[in-house]
Amino acid sequence: MRDKRMSLDDVVGELRSGMTIGIGGWGSRRKPMALVRAILRSDLTDLTVVGYGGPDLGLLCSAGKVRKAYYGFVSLDSAPFYDPWFAKARTEGAITVREMDEGMVKCGLQAAAARLPFLPIRAGLGSAVMDFWEGELKTVESPYPAADGRTETLVAMPALNLDAALVHLDLGDKHGNAAYTGVDPYFDDLYCLSAERRYLSVDRLVETEELVKAVPQQAIILNRMMVDGVVEAPGGAHFTFSGSYGRDEKFQRHYVDAAKTPESWAEFKATYLDVSEDEYQAAVRAFATQEG
Amino acid sequence: MTETTTSTRAEVCVVACAEIFRGAGEIMASPMSPVTTIGARLARLTFEPDLLLSDGEALYLAETPALGAKAPIEGWIPFSKVFDVVASGRRHVVMGANQIDKYGNQNLSAFGPLQRPTRQMFGVRGAPGNTINHATSYWVPKHNRRVFCEQVDIVSGIGYDKVDPANPAFRFHHLHRVVSNLGVFDFGGPDHTMRALSLHPGVGADEVAENTAFEIAGLGEAGETRLPTEEELRIIRTVLDPKGIRDKEVAA
Repeated sequence: MRDKRMSLDDVVGELRSGMTIGIGGWGSRRKPMALVRAILRSDLTDLTVVGYGGPDLGLLCSAGKVRKAYYGFVSLDSAPFYDPWFAKARTEGAITVREMDEGMVKCGLQAAAARLPFLPIRAGLGSAVMDFWEGELKTVESPYPAADGRTETLVAMPALNLDAALVHLDLGDKHGNAAYTGVDPYFDDLYCLSAERRYLSVDRLVETEELVKAVPQQAIILNRMMVDGVVEAPGGAHFTFSGSYGRDEKFQRHYVDAAKTPESWAEFKATYLDVSEDEYQAAVRAFATQEG
Repeated sequence: MTETTTSTRAEVCVVACAEIFRGAGEIMASPMSPVTTIGARLARLTFEPDLLLSDGEALYLAETPALGAKAPIEGWIPFSKVFDVVASGRRHVVMGANQIDKYGNQNLSAFGPLQRPTRQMFGVRGAPGNTINHATSYWVPKHNRRVFCEQVDIVSGIGYDKVDPANPAFRFHHLHRVVSNLGVFDFGGPDHTMRALSLHPGVGADEVAENTAFEIAGLGEAGETRLPTEEELRIIRTVLDPKGIRDKEVAA
Protein backbone atom coordinates (compact mmCIF):
# COMPACT_ATOMS: atom_id res chain seq x y z
CA MET A 1 0.00 0.00 0.00
CA ARG A 2 1.35 3.38 -1.01
CA ASP A 3 2.57 5.98 1.40
CA LYS A 4 0.71 9.12 0.26
CA ARG A 5 2.13 11.57 2.75
CA MET A 6 2.77 15.03 1.37
CA SER A 7 3.38 18.53 2.70
CA LEU A 8 0.79 21.28 2.48
CA ASP A 9 2.90 23.00 -0.17
CA ASP A 10 3.22 19.72 -2.13
CA VAL A 11 -0.57 19.63 -2.38
CA VAL A 12 -0.77 23.22 -3.57
CA GLY A 13 1.99 22.40 -6.08
CA GLU A 14 -0.35 19.89 -7.69
CA LEU A 15 -3.13 22.47 -8.10
CA ARG A 16 -3.35 24.88 -11.03
CA SER A 17 -4.89 28.29 -11.53
CA GLY A 18 -8.36 28.08 -13.04
CA MET A 19 -9.20 24.78 -11.37
CA THR A 20 -12.56 23.91 -9.83
CA ILE A 21 -11.92 22.99 -6.21
CA GLY A 22 -14.40 21.41 -3.82
CA ILE A 23 -13.81 22.19 -0.16
CA GLY A 24 -15.27 19.80 2.44
CA GLY A 25 -16.80 20.62 5.80
CA TRP A 26 -19.87 22.76 6.50
CA GLY A 27 -19.93 26.48 7.31
CA SER A 28 -17.29 27.00 9.96
CA ARG A 29 -16.95 23.28 10.70
CA ARG A 30 -14.09 20.95 9.83
CA LYS A 31 -12.74 23.05 7.02
CA PRO A 32 -9.30 22.15 5.59
CA MET A 33 -7.99 25.51 6.75
CA ALA A 34 -4.29 24.57 6.71
CA LEU A 35 -4.66 23.70 3.01
CA VAL A 36 -6.57 26.94 2.44
CA ARG A 37 -3.79 28.88 4.15
CA ALA A 38 -1.27 27.12 1.91
CA ILE A 39 -3.25 28.27 -1.15
CA LEU A 40 -3.17 31.83 0.22
CA ARG A 41 0.64 31.64 0.28
CA SER A 42 0.76 30.44 -3.34
CA ASP A 43 0.33 32.23 -6.66
CA LEU A 44 -2.75 30.17 -7.54
CA THR A 45 -5.59 32.30 -8.84
CA ASP A 46 -8.82 32.25 -10.88
CA LEU A 47 -10.28 29.40 -8.82
CA THR A 48 -13.83 28.12 -8.92
CA VAL A 49 -14.81 27.00 -5.43
CA VAL A 50 -17.60 24.54 -4.61
CA GLY A 51 -18.86 24.00 -1.09
CA TYR A 52 -20.94 24.69 1.97
CA GLY A 53 -19.05 27.89 2.54
CA GLY A 54 -17.44 29.32 5.63
CA PRO A 55 -14.21 31.20 6.31
CA ASP A 56 -12.46 28.95 3.78
CA LEU A 57 -14.25 30.74 0.96
CA GLY A 58 -13.93 34.06 2.80
CA LEU A 59 -10.16 33.80 3.16
CA LEU A 60 -9.75 32.76 -0.47
CA CYS A 61 -11.78 35.85 -1.44
CA SER A 62 -9.60 38.02 0.81
CA ALA A 63 -6.60 37.15 -1.35
CA GLY A 64 -8.43 37.49 -4.67
CA LYS A 65 -8.10 33.79 -5.44
CA VAL A 66 -11.73 33.22 -6.39
CA ARG A 67 -13.31 33.86 -9.77
CA LYS A 68 -16.51 31.90 -9.28
CA ALA A 69 -18.27 30.14 -6.41
CA TYR A 70 -20.92 27.42 -6.24
CA TYR A 71 -22.53 27.27 -2.79
CA GLY A 72 -25.77 27.04 -0.85
CA PHE A 73 -24.65 29.45 1.85
CA VAL A 74 -21.62 31.08 3.39
CA SER A 75 -21.76 31.19 7.18
CA LEU A 76 -19.46 31.41 10.17
CA ASP A 77 -22.07 29.41 12.16
CA SER A 78 -21.87 31.65 15.22
CA ALA A 79 -22.17 35.41 15.76
CA PRO A 80 -21.35 37.53 13.79
CA PHE A 81 -22.35 34.84 11.23
CA TYR A 82 -21.58 36.66 7.97
CA ASP A 83 -18.12 36.21 6.49
CA PRO A 84 -16.63 39.69 5.92
CA TRP A 85 -14.49 38.84 2.88
CA PHE A 86 -17.16 36.89 1.07
CA ALA A 87 -19.53 39.81 1.69
CA LYS A 88 -16.95 42.25 0.32
CA ALA A 89 -16.32 40.15 -2.79
CA ARG A 90 -20.07 39.93 -3.41
CA THR A 91 -20.88 43.59 -2.87
CA GLU A 92 -17.99 44.65 -5.08
CA GLY A 93 -19.04 42.20 -7.78
CA ALA A 94 -15.57 40.66 -7.65
CA ILE A 95 -16.81 37.09 -8.06
CA THR A 96 -19.47 35.36 -10.10
CA VAL A 97 -21.72 33.24 -7.95
CA ARG A 98 -23.91 30.25 -8.62
CA GLU A 99 -25.94 30.32 -5.43
CA MET A 100 -28.25 27.36 -4.86
CA ASP A 101 -30.29 25.46 -2.32
CA GLU A 102 -28.17 23.45 0.14
CA GLY A 103 -29.67 20.19 -1.08
CA MET A 104 -28.67 21.07 -4.64
CA VAL A 105 -24.99 21.09 -3.65
CA LYS A 106 -25.30 17.51 -2.42
CA CYS A 107 -27.29 16.57 -5.52
CA GLY A 108 -24.65 18.02 -7.87
CA LEU A 109 -21.86 16.21 -6.05
CA GLN A 110 -23.85 12.97 -6.19
CA ALA A 111 -24.25 13.38 -9.94
CA ALA A 112 -20.51 13.95 -10.31
CA ALA A 113 -19.70 10.97 -8.08
CA ALA A 114 -21.97 8.77 -10.18
CA ARG A 115 -20.52 10.17 -13.44
CA LEU A 116 -23.94 11.38 -14.48
CA PRO A 117 -24.48 14.71 -16.29
CA PHE A 118 -27.21 15.72 -13.84
CA LEU A 119 -29.69 14.50 -11.25
CA PRO A 120 -33.26 15.76 -10.89
CA ILE A 121 -34.31 17.70 -7.80
CA ARG A 122 -37.36 19.79 -6.90
CA ALA A 123 -35.38 22.39 -4.97
CA GLY A 124 -34.68 25.62 -6.80
CA LEU A 125 -37.87 25.79 -8.86
CA GLY A 126 -39.60 29.16 -8.56
CA SER A 127 -36.73 30.71 -6.60
CA ALA A 128 -33.93 33.14 -7.46
CA VAL A 129 -31.60 30.17 -7.87
CA MET A 130 -32.58 29.95 -11.54
CA ASP A 131 -31.57 33.61 -11.99
CA PHE A 132 -28.30 33.23 -10.11
CA TRP A 133 -27.16 30.64 -12.65
CA GLU A 134 -27.65 32.97 -15.62
CA GLY A 135 -28.87 30.24 -17.96
CA GLU A 136 -26.42 27.63 -16.70
CA LEU A 137 -29.13 25.77 -14.79
CA LYS A 138 -31.74 23.88 -16.81
CA THR A 139 -34.92 22.01 -16.04
CA VAL A 140 -35.92 18.54 -17.19
CA GLU A 141 -39.34 17.10 -17.85
CA SER A 142 -40.00 13.73 -16.29
CA PRO A 143 -40.41 10.98 -18.88
CA TYR A 144 -42.83 9.30 -16.49
CA PRO A 145 -46.33 10.74 -16.30
CA ALA A 146 -48.12 10.59 -12.96
CA ALA A 147 -51.42 8.73 -12.52
CA ASP A 148 -53.32 11.87 -13.53
CA GLY A 149 -51.38 12.05 -16.79
CA ARG A 150 -49.44 15.17 -15.88
CA THR A 151 -45.64 15.25 -15.82
CA GLU A 152 -43.32 17.03 -13.43
CA THR A 153 -40.73 19.53 -14.54
CA LEU A 154 -37.73 19.41 -12.23
CA VAL A 155 -34.38 21.11 -11.88
CA ALA A 156 -31.67 19.19 -13.76
CA MET A 157 -28.92 19.75 -11.23
CA PRO A 158 -25.67 19.56 -13.21
CA ALA A 159 -22.82 17.43 -11.93
CA LEU A 160 -20.44 19.48 -9.82
CA ASN A 161 -17.32 17.89 -11.30
CA LEU A 162 -14.29 18.86 -9.28
CA ASP A 163 -10.72 19.05 -10.48
CA ALA A 164 -9.63 18.68 -6.88
CA ALA A 165 -11.20 18.08 -3.48
CA LEU A 166 -9.72 19.32 -0.21
CA VAL A 167 -10.99 17.81 3.04
CA HIS A 168 -9.89 17.71 6.67
CA LEU A 169 -10.58 14.80 9.01
CA ASP A 170 -9.45 14.17 12.56
CA LEU A 171 -7.70 10.88 12.14
CA GLY A 172 -6.17 9.04 9.22
CA ASP A 173 -3.37 6.78 8.02
CA LYS A 174 -0.69 7.44 5.42
CA HIS A 175 -2.61 5.51 2.76
CA GLY A 176 -5.69 7.73 2.84
CA ASN A 177 -8.04 5.81 5.10
CA ALA A 178 -9.59 8.33 7.46
CA ALA A 179 -12.28 8.90 10.06
CA TYR A 180 -14.17 11.79 11.57
CA THR A 181 -14.55 11.82 15.34
CA GLY A 182 -17.29 14.44 15.54
CA VAL A 183 -21.00 13.89 15.23
CA ASP A 184 -21.45 14.68 11.52
CA PRO A 185 -19.47 13.41 8.51
CA TYR A 186 -20.68 16.41 6.49
CA PHE A 187 -20.10 15.51 2.82
CA ASP A 188 -16.38 14.88 2.74
CA ASP A 189 -16.69 11.41 1.20
CA LEU A 190 -18.86 12.84 -1.56
CA TYR A 191 -16.33 15.57 -2.37
CA CYS A 192 -13.64 12.92 -2.74
CA LEU A 193 -15.86 10.80 -4.99
CA SER A 194 -16.60 13.85 -7.18
CA ALA A 195 -13.01 14.91 -7.81
CA GLU A 196 -10.15 14.01 -10.13
CA ARG A 197 -7.56 14.63 -7.41
CA ARG A 198 -8.32 14.21 -3.71
CA TYR A 199 -6.28 15.70 -0.85
CA LEU A 200 -6.79 15.00 2.81
CA SER A 201 -5.33 16.75 5.83
CA VAL A 202 -5.63 15.12 9.24
CA ASP A 203 -5.03 16.35 12.75
CA ARG A 204 -3.37 13.07 13.62
CA LEU A 205 -1.73 10.45 11.42
CA VAL A 206 -1.75 6.95 12.90
CA GLU A 207 -1.07 3.37 11.82
CA THR A 208 -4.01 1.67 10.12
CA GLU A 209 -4.31 -0.72 13.05
CA GLU A 210 -4.73 2.16 15.46
CA LEU A 211 -7.18 3.98 13.16
CA VAL A 212 -9.59 1.05 12.95
CA LYS A 213 -9.47 0.54 16.72
CA ALA A 214 -9.87 4.23 17.58
CA VAL A 215 -13.31 4.77 16.06
CA PRO A 216 -16.47 2.85 15.16
CA GLN A 217 -15.90 1.42 11.67
CA GLN A 218 -18.77 3.53 10.29
CA ALA A 219 -16.78 6.65 11.11
CA ILE A 220 -14.07 5.69 8.60
CA ILE A 221 -15.69 7.59 5.75
CA LEU A 222 -12.66 7.71 3.47
CA ASN A 223 -10.72 4.75 2.12
CA ARG A 224 -7.44 4.87 0.25
CA MET A 225 -8.94 4.67 -3.26
CA MET A 226 -10.71 7.96 -2.52
CA VAL A 227 -7.53 9.87 -1.58
CA ASP A 228 -4.40 10.85 -3.54
CA GLY A 229 -2.45 12.74 -0.90
CA VAL A 230 -2.38 12.87 2.89
CA VAL A 231 -1.01 15.72 4.96
CA GLU A 232 -0.52 15.54 8.70
CA ALA A 233 -1.64 18.98 9.90
CA PRO A 234 -2.33 19.17 13.64
CA GLY A 235 -4.93 21.86 14.22
CA GLY A 236 -5.43 21.91 10.46
CA ALA A 237 -9.10 22.85 10.75
CA HIS A 238 -8.41 25.81 13.05
CA PHE A 239 -10.23 28.13 13.61
CA THR A 240 -13.21 26.05 12.55
CA PHE A 241 -14.77 23.22 14.55
CA SER A 242 -13.21 19.79 14.20
CA GLY A 243 -14.22 16.56 15.92
CA SER A 244 -11.47 16.82 18.48
CA TYR A 245 -11.56 20.58 19.10
CA GLY A 246 -14.24 23.24 19.08
CA ARG A 247 -14.46 26.32 16.90
CA ASP A 248 -12.10 28.98 18.22
CA GLU A 249 -14.81 31.57 18.75
CA LYS A 250 -12.43 34.22 20.05
CA PHE A 251 -10.16 33.84 17.04
CA GLN A 252 -13.08 33.82 14.63
CA ARG A 253 -14.24 37.16 16.06
CA HIS A 254 -10.65 38.39 15.72
CA TYR A 255 -10.76 37.38 12.02
CA VAL A 256 -14.01 39.31 11.48
CA ASP A 257 -12.81 42.36 13.40
CA ALA A 258 -9.48 42.38 11.58
CA ALA A 259 -11.28 42.60 8.23
CA LYS A 260 -12.82 45.95 9.18
CA THR A 261 -9.91 48.21 8.20
CA PRO A 262 -6.99 47.83 5.77
CA GLU A 263 -4.58 48.46 8.65
CA SER A 264 -5.96 45.78 10.97
CA TRP A 265 -6.17 43.32 8.09
CA ALA A 266 -2.54 43.99 7.11
CA GLU A 267 -1.56 43.17 10.67
CA PHE A 268 -3.70 40.01 10.73
CA LYS A 269 -2.29 38.91 7.39
CA ALA A 270 1.30 39.49 8.47
CA THR A 271 0.79 37.62 11.73
CA TYR A 272 -1.30 34.67 10.58
CA LEU A 273 -1.30 34.33 6.80
CA ASP A 274 2.08 35.41 5.41
CA VAL A 275 3.72 32.76 7.60
CA SER A 276 4.24 29.01 7.57
CA GLU A 277 1.64 26.68 9.08
CA ASP A 278 3.91 26.07 12.09
CA GLU A 279 4.25 29.82 12.62
CA TYR A 280 0.47 30.17 12.26
CA GLN A 281 -0.15 27.59 14.97
CA ALA A 282 2.41 29.29 17.23
CA ALA A 283 0.77 32.69 16.65
CA VAL A 284 -2.62 31.16 17.48
CA ARG A 285 -1.25 29.77 20.74
CA ALA A 286 0.11 33.21 21.58
CA PHE A 287 -3.27 34.78 20.73
CA ALA A 288 -5.05 32.34 23.03
CA THR A 289 -3.04 33.53 26.01
CA GLN A 290 -3.98 37.18 25.43
CA GLU A 291 -6.55 38.84 27.64
CA GLY A 292 -10.11 39.54 26.52
CA MET B 1 -56.57 37.92 38.50
CA THR B 2 -55.23 34.78 36.89
CA GLU B 3 -51.61 33.91 36.30
CA THR B 4 -52.03 34.20 32.53
CA THR B 5 -52.69 37.94 32.58
CA THR B 6 -49.02 38.43 33.39
CA SER B 7 -47.67 36.68 30.28
CA THR B 8 -45.03 38.62 28.42
CA ARG B 9 -45.09 39.25 24.68
CA ALA B 10 -42.26 36.73 24.32
CA GLU B 11 -44.39 34.08 26.01
CA VAL B 12 -47.34 34.82 23.75
CA CYS B 13 -44.96 34.41 20.79
CA VAL B 14 -43.65 31.11 22.15
CA VAL B 15 -47.18 29.74 22.34
CA ALA B 16 -47.97 31.05 18.85
CA CYS B 17 -44.87 29.24 17.61
CA ALA B 18 -45.93 26.07 19.43
CA GLU B 19 -49.32 26.32 17.67
CA ILE B 20 -47.52 26.16 14.32
CA PHE B 21 -46.98 22.45 15.02
CA ARG B 22 -50.51 21.56 16.12
CA GLY B 23 -51.58 18.52 14.11
CA ALA B 24 -48.11 17.98 12.63
CA GLY B 25 -47.80 14.46 14.07
CA GLU B 26 -44.67 12.33 13.76
CA ILE B 27 -42.47 14.62 11.65
CA MET B 28 -39.23 16.50 12.16
CA ALA B 29 -39.80 19.97 13.60
CA SER B 30 -36.99 22.35 12.65
CA PRO B 31 -37.15 25.62 14.57
CA MET B 32 -34.30 28.06 13.88
CA SER B 33 -34.25 30.51 16.80
CA PRO B 34 -34.68 30.45 20.59
CA VAL B 35 -38.36 31.48 20.61
CA THR B 36 -39.30 28.98 17.90
CA THR B 37 -37.24 26.27 19.62
CA ILE B 38 -39.01 26.88 22.93
CA GLY B 39 -42.28 26.79 20.98
CA ALA B 40 -41.53 23.47 19.29
CA ARG B 41 -40.45 21.94 22.59
CA LEU B 42 -43.57 23.28 24.29
CA ALA B 43 -45.69 21.68 21.55
CA ARG B 44 -43.98 18.33 22.16
CA LEU B 45 -44.46 18.57 25.92
CA THR B 46 -48.15 19.38 25.52
CA PHE B 47 -50.24 18.65 22.41
CA GLU B 48 -47.78 17.14 19.86
CA PRO B 49 -45.84 14.46 21.76
CA ASP B 50 -44.74 12.60 18.59
CA LEU B 51 -42.66 15.46 17.09
CA LEU B 52 -39.03 14.69 16.34
CA LEU B 53 -36.65 17.40 17.55
CA SER B 54 -32.95 17.67 16.90
CA ASP B 55 -30.31 19.26 19.10
CA GLY B 56 -29.55 21.70 16.30
CA GLU B 57 -26.51 19.64 15.34
CA ALA B 58 -26.88 16.01 14.35
CA LEU B 59 -28.81 14.21 17.08
CA TYR B 60 -32.50 13.59 17.71
CA LEU B 61 -33.47 14.40 21.30
CA ALA B 62 -35.34 11.63 23.15
CA GLU B 63 -36.33 14.03 25.89
CA THR B 64 -37.21 17.71 25.86
CA PRO B 65 -34.57 19.74 27.67
CA ALA B 66 -34.23 23.43 28.47
CA LEU B 67 -32.58 25.61 25.84
CA GLY B 68 -28.88 24.83 25.79
CA ALA B 69 -29.19 21.82 28.11
CA LYS B 70 -28.19 18.27 27.25
CA ALA B 71 -30.66 15.40 27.05
CA PRO B 72 -30.72 11.72 26.12
CA ILE B 73 -30.91 11.15 22.38
CA GLU B 74 -32.98 8.82 20.23
CA GLY B 75 -31.23 9.00 16.86
CA TRP B 76 -28.85 10.54 14.37
CA ILE B 77 -29.65 13.22 11.79
CA PRO B 78 -26.48 14.53 10.14
CA PHE B 79 -26.84 17.25 7.49
CA SER B 80 -26.74 14.77 4.63
CA LYS B 81 -29.75 12.95 6.02
CA VAL B 82 -31.63 16.20 6.67
CA PHE B 83 -31.83 16.68 2.90
CA ASP B 84 -33.39 13.24 2.55
CA VAL B 85 -36.01 14.19 5.15
CA VAL B 86 -36.61 17.49 3.33
CA ALA B 87 -37.27 15.73 0.03
CA SER B 88 -39.50 13.16 1.73
CA GLY B 89 -41.67 15.95 3.14
CA ARG B 90 -41.73 14.70 6.72
CA ARG B 91 -40.62 18.04 8.14
CA HIS B 92 -41.95 21.44 9.16
CA VAL B 93 -39.38 24.21 9.34
CA VAL B 94 -39.74 27.60 10.97
CA MET B 95 -37.25 29.84 9.24
CA GLY B 96 -36.35 33.47 9.75
CA ALA B 97 -36.79 36.10 7.05
CA ASN B 98 -34.78 39.22 6.30
CA GLN B 99 -37.61 40.10 3.92
CA ILE B 100 -41.05 38.60 3.31
CA ASP B 101 -43.75 39.79 0.90
CA LYS B 102 -47.51 39.41 0.71
CA TYR B 103 -47.29 36.10 -1.22
CA GLY B 104 -44.80 34.65 1.27
CA ASN B 105 -41.65 35.03 -0.79
CA GLN B 106 -38.78 35.14 1.68
CA ASN B 107 -35.21 36.41 1.43
CA LEU B 108 -32.22 35.58 3.58
CA SER B 109 -29.65 35.75 0.79
CA ALA B 110 -28.69 39.36 0.16
CA PHE B 111 -30.16 42.81 -0.48
CA GLY B 112 -29.86 44.31 -3.95
CA PRO B 113 -28.98 42.82 -7.35
CA LEU B 114 -28.03 39.14 -7.51
CA GLN B 115 -24.45 39.41 -8.71
CA ARG B 116 -23.64 42.69 -6.97
CA PRO B 117 -25.78 43.04 -3.86
CA THR B 118 -25.58 46.02 -1.55
CA ARG B 119 -25.54 43.74 1.49
CA GLN B 120 -24.65 40.06 1.64
CA MET B 121 -26.31 37.76 4.18
CA PHE B 122 -26.28 33.94 4.23
CA GLY B 123 -27.27 32.91 0.73
CA VAL B 124 -30.50 31.08 0.02
CA ARG B 125 -29.53 28.20 2.36
CA GLY B 126 -32.27 25.51 2.43
CA ALA B 127 -35.16 27.86 1.68
CA PRO B 128 -35.78 26.86 -1.98
CA GLY B 129 -35.83 23.17 -1.04
CA ASN B 130 -37.82 23.59 2.14
CA THR B 131 -40.58 25.62 0.53
CA ILE B 132 -41.07 23.30 -2.42
CA ASN B 133 -40.95 20.11 -0.36
CA HIS B 134 -42.77 20.53 2.95
CA ALA B 135 -44.58 22.78 5.37
CA THR B 136 -42.70 26.00 6.05
CA SER B 137 -43.48 28.76 8.53
CA TYR B 138 -41.67 31.98 9.32
CA TRP B 139 -40.84 33.74 12.57
CA VAL B 140 -40.01 37.44 12.56
CA PRO B 141 -39.17 38.87 16.00
CA LYS B 142 -39.25 42.48 14.79
CA HIS B 143 -42.20 43.23 12.53
CA ASN B 144 -41.45 46.30 10.41
CA ARG B 145 -41.78 47.59 6.83
CA ARG B 146 -38.22 46.62 5.96
CA VAL B 147 -38.98 42.94 6.63
CA PHE B 148 -42.65 42.90 5.61
CA CYS B 149 -41.83 44.54 2.29
CA GLU B 150 -43.51 45.14 -1.06
CA GLN B 151 -41.15 42.83 -2.93
CA VAL B 152 -38.20 40.76 -1.74
CA ASP B 153 -34.88 41.38 -3.49
CA ILE B 154 -33.86 37.73 -3.85
CA VAL B 155 -36.47 34.96 -3.67
CA SER B 156 -35.00 32.33 -1.35
CA GLY B 157 -38.15 30.68 0.00
CA ILE B 158 -40.83 30.68 -2.67
CA GLY B 159 -44.21 32.36 -2.22
CA TYR B 160 -47.61 31.42 -3.62
CA ASP B 161 -47.18 33.56 -6.75
CA LYS B 162 -44.16 31.43 -7.72
CA VAL B 163 -46.18 28.22 -7.82
CA ASP B 164 -46.70 26.97 -11.37
CA PRO B 165 -50.08 25.25 -11.28
CA ALA B 166 -49.25 23.36 -14.49
CA ASN B 167 -46.21 21.75 -12.87
CA PRO B 168 -47.02 19.04 -10.28
CA ALA B 169 -43.52 19.48 -8.81
CA PHE B 170 -45.00 22.40 -6.84
CA ARG B 171 -47.74 20.28 -5.24
CA PHE B 172 -46.06 20.10 -1.83
CA HIS B 173 -45.65 23.86 -1.44
CA HIS B 174 -47.33 24.91 1.80
CA LEU B 175 -46.64 28.08 3.73
CA HIS B 176 -48.38 27.50 7.03
CA ARG B 177 -47.92 30.50 9.31
CA VAL B 178 -45.98 33.68 9.80
CA VAL B 179 -45.59 34.58 13.45
CA SER B 180 -44.18 37.99 14.35
CA ASN B 181 -43.90 39.97 17.55
CA LEU B 182 -47.20 41.59 16.54
CA GLY B 183 -49.40 38.74 15.39
CA VAL B 184 -50.08 35.47 13.63
CA PHE B 185 -50.69 35.35 9.87
CA ASP B 186 -51.36 32.84 7.11
CA PHE B 187 -51.88 33.07 3.35
CA GLY B 188 -55.65 32.77 3.26
CA GLY B 189 -56.10 36.25 1.80
CA PRO B 190 -57.16 36.92 -1.84
CA ASP B 191 -54.88 35.01 -4.28
CA HIS B 192 -53.02 33.39 -1.39
CA THR B 193 -51.87 36.65 0.09
CA MET B 194 -51.04 37.28 3.73
CA ARG B 195 -53.99 37.35 6.10
CA ALA B 196 -54.10 38.22 9.78
CA LEU B 197 -55.31 35.35 11.96
CA SER B 198 -54.77 37.03 15.30
CA LEU B 199 -52.98 39.99 16.82
CA HIS B 200 -51.12 39.66 20.07
CA PRO B 201 -52.74 41.18 23.17
CA GLY B 202 -52.18 44.94 23.19
CA VAL B 203 -51.48 45.14 19.44
CA GLY B 204 -53.87 47.12 17.24
CA ALA B 205 -54.58 46.71 13.54
CA ASP B 206 -53.12 50.19 12.98
CA GLU B 207 -49.79 49.19 14.47
CA VAL B 208 -49.55 46.17 12.17
CA ALA B 209 -50.58 48.20 9.11
CA GLU B 210 -48.03 50.91 9.90
CA ASN B 211 -45.30 48.33 10.12
CA THR B 212 -46.19 46.45 6.95
CA ALA B 213 -45.43 47.70 3.42
CA PHE B 214 -48.36 45.82 1.86
CA GLU B 215 -52.00 45.33 2.74
CA ILE B 216 -52.66 42.40 5.04
CA ALA B 217 -56.10 40.87 4.57
CA GLY B 218 -58.42 40.50 7.54
CA LEU B 219 -56.57 42.92 9.79
CA GLY B 220 -59.79 44.46 11.06
CA GLU B 221 -61.42 41.11 11.81
CA ALA B 222 -58.46 39.37 13.43
CA GLY B 223 -59.03 38.20 16.96
CA GLU B 224 -56.56 38.14 19.78
CA THR B 225 -53.73 35.59 19.92
CA ARG B 226 -54.44 33.17 22.72
CA LEU B 227 -52.59 33.55 25.98
CA PRO B 228 -50.47 30.78 27.45
CA THR B 229 -52.28 28.52 29.89
CA GLU B 230 -50.93 28.34 33.41
CA GLU B 231 -49.40 24.96 32.62
CA GLU B 232 -47.76 26.32 29.46
CA LEU B 233 -46.35 29.26 31.40
CA ARG B 234 -44.94 26.91 34.00
CA ILE B 235 -43.28 24.80 31.32
CA ILE B 236 -41.85 27.84 29.51
CA ARG B 237 -40.57 29.50 32.67
CA THR B 238 -39.32 26.59 34.71
CA VAL B 239 -38.66 23.74 32.26
CA LEU B 240 -37.68 25.12 28.84
CA ASP B 241 -36.30 28.61 29.39
CA PRO B 242 -35.43 29.23 33.03
CA LYS B 243 -32.74 31.71 31.95
CA GLY B 244 -35.23 33.92 30.11
CA ILE B 245 -33.50 33.74 26.73
CA ARG B 246 -36.90 34.40 25.09
CA ASP B 247 -36.88 37.94 26.43
CA LYS B 248 -33.70 38.74 24.50
CA GLU B 249 -35.43 37.85 21.24
CA VAL B 250 -38.72 39.63 21.93
CA ALA B 251 -38.84 42.73 24.10
CA ALA B 252 -41.48 42.78 26.83
